[in-house]
Amino acid sequence: MSENSGPSNITFPHRHLLGIEGLSPDEITLLLDLSETYVEQNRKADKKKTALRGRTLINLFFETSTRTRTSFELAGKRLGGDVINMSVAASSIKKGETLLDTAITLNAMHPDVLVVRHPDSGAVKLLAEKVNCSVINGGDGSHEHPTQALLDALTIRRRLGRLSQLTVAICGDVLHSRVARSNIHLLNIMGAQVRVVAPPTLLPAQIERLGVEVFHDMRDGLRGCDIVMMLRLQTERMKGSFVPSIREYFHFFGLDYDKLTVAKPDALIMHPGPMNRGVEIDSELADDVGRSVIREQVEIGVAVRMACLETLASKRTAAEAY
Amino acid sequence: MAAPSATAFKNARLLDPASGLDETGDLIMRDGLITAFGPKLPKNAAAGCKDVIDCSGLCLAPGLVDMRVQLRDPGEEHKETIASASEAAAAGGVTAMVCLPNTNPVIDDVAVIEFVARRAREVRGVKVFAYGALTRDLGGTELTEMGLLAQTGALAFTDGIHTVANALVMRRALSYASTFGLLIIQHPEEPSLSKGGDMNEGEVATRLGLAGIPDCAEVMMIERDLRLVELTGGRYHAAHVSTADGIEAIRGAKSRGLSVTCDTAPPYFALNEMEVGDYRTFAKLSPPLRSEEDRKAVVAGLADGTIDAIASDHAPHDQDSKRVPFTQAEAGGVGLETLLPVSLELHHNGHMPLLDILARLTCGPADILGLPLGRLEVGAPADLVVFDLDRPWTVDPDVFRSKSKNSPFDERPVQGRAVRTFVGGRTLFSLADGG
Repeated sequence: MSENSGPSNITFPHRHLLGIEGLSPDEITLLLDLSETYVEQNRKADKKKTALRGRTLINLFFETSTRTRTSFELAGKRLGGDVINMSVAASSIKKGETLLDTAITLNAMHPDVLVVRHPDSGAVKLLAEKVNCSVINGGDGSHEHPTQALLDALTIRRRLGRLSQLTVAICGDVLHSRVARSNIHLLNIMGAQVRVVAPPTLLPAQIERLGVEVFHDMRDGLRGCDIVMMLRLQTERMKGSFVPSIREYFHFFGLDYDKLTVAKPDALIMHPGPMNRGVEIDSELADDVGRSVIREQVEIGVAVRMACLETLASKRTAAEAY
Repeated sequence: MAAPSATAFKNARLLDPASGLDETGDLIMRDGLITAFGPKLPKNAAAGCKDVIDCSGLCLAPGLVDMRVQLRDPGEEHKETIASASEAAAAGGVTAMVCLPNTNPVIDDVAVIEFVARRAREVRGVKVFAYGALTRDLGGTELTEMGLLAQTGALAFTDGIHTVANALVMRRALSYASTFGLLIIQHPEEPSLSKGGDMNEGEVATRLGLAGIPDCAEVMMIERDLRLVELTGGRYHAAHVSTADGIEAIRGAKSRGLSVTCDTAPPYFALNEMEVGDYRTFAKLSPPLRSEEDRKAVVAGLADGTIDAIASDHAPHDQDSKRVPFTQAEAGGVGLETLLPVSLELHHNGHMPLLDILARLTCGPADILGLPLGRLEVGAPADLVVFDLDRPWTVDPDVFRSKSKNSPFDERPVQGRAVRTFVGGRTLFSLADGG
């Protein structure tokens, strides 16, 4: 481990980071503590570290992404690694190349860490079973997006000093959201109270069994909460299929100053981005630096991804030494 | 291979669910026919038998009649052929199977029925029957030539793995089929609710981020169809029922005296949605594996006779169809070689008497389809299975006769196995030959 590994004696026992479900509180704390050191590091003029020197990171994206891919790319480069971006657009799939063909191709390139995003739930795990390197789930279908949950957790912890005993309301399209699922798992593991707020058409069946309280009214759901996490509602889902219209959705489920009054006075507003201003969140509120930590989430995202990359890459070193 | 002129099975536990026979005795087969059987055959009954098979400790029953098999032949012979399916069937104790019309080309034409029949004759394996498509090209709109197809051998009419969604089409199908007394078989699932779904709706699907299919999709379609059965007087069969509510609807219809039957498949009484676990595509089936409550309701429906038959629901898929992300994977599992042992779990677990289980596998489906099979009868073709009721083994798809290995029962420890299978007196499977 590098000098950044912190005071903890806990080690991260997993080869891959495929999801938050199944991680222990200590493992999450380990990643957050290491990320914390990189937040400070990234604010210095000299940001370069050497933890990934000589290592190859491949960003393998089967789904378009700017923010997550850029965040991982920057994280890899700041740790001194060689970063390659592969966008496997629909074209390759149409040519008949399967996910497992891709795995075989990648193995021949000897990457050390793969970051994979895929539109199908479970696809990243399937790939991880077939490659020789560590895999980080950069988002799979509606399943998990673990680095987003970690960066959200660190953002909260830096602002409020803890995760336990906080009340967090996750609002919007929970049905399709991997961000929501990873956050529900992480916040539950760390002892927070989690609520989901959405119309029933945007909630998956038996979501309460994941350990959340369900609300269909924003004011009921936001009452007394410390954190409001808004989710993105994709355009194709707002025109009559899941909700009747943008106008109606914003009226009842969009976050604005009025609905926010029932939350704690200093409640923080989060959004994984990219935002639909005027759909799930009022534009002015999104830019209110007193309430919104949306920009901070992006900054912390790079630090969290550095910590995840370093943690998995160092495991590889240990394995080789062994 | 010429049929042996005469064979005597000695000291077998003779099981005939149609007559309720369950006694130790002998069975004589000559020139491919059953000529005598019973607990106390005269001494000279076995006279002239070249082969004498000692069946001490073994069961002898009518061969299984599997009323729901996807053959993939013609069209997808890399997944299964009539020859490979026939070998798989025989290894599982199945002596007759009925294939769905979802071949390529679709069985919606007399020529395709004749093609399948000819191939089956060439293979000389287990008996192969076919359903005719209910609508042309399984398109769900235009009725096929049901009368002519039936004359050529189509046993019943169904759109196979597709629901006949349009109520008017179903009404006319039931109504027209009643002209000839033909049976309509439905895949009962409201398609607007199941479309795009990967597995049963509920906590497991929610955790995995997979699209759910609500269990009510089944009962909604069954209840709609039952109204149409009342309206038309048609004969209706619901395939692979999987939910408590669906079974309850059939139970009610039977008590009202409607001409309604149904079957289920081993996954629906032996497995539940937890099998999907960590995106195990072999557990992706259609209908999807349901909740534990539904599984128990299927067991209860079998035990009380609401469910008339157990079919394998054999659905062969190659690796390219299953070794993909769960959402992209094809639904279905192979079942011919696990039909008997998994069904026998119902006996070993004390849920059903052995004869009742065998009835669901033999005379039950034969009676639904009007086939003179699935019973021990003097003068009937010797389609028989000798099985060891207690033999423990572990399901290993790598040694399946089926070309496809996609079994939801992969690595399951089971108890009970076919030892020898005869069709028309010919040995098609013998466990000693490598099993």
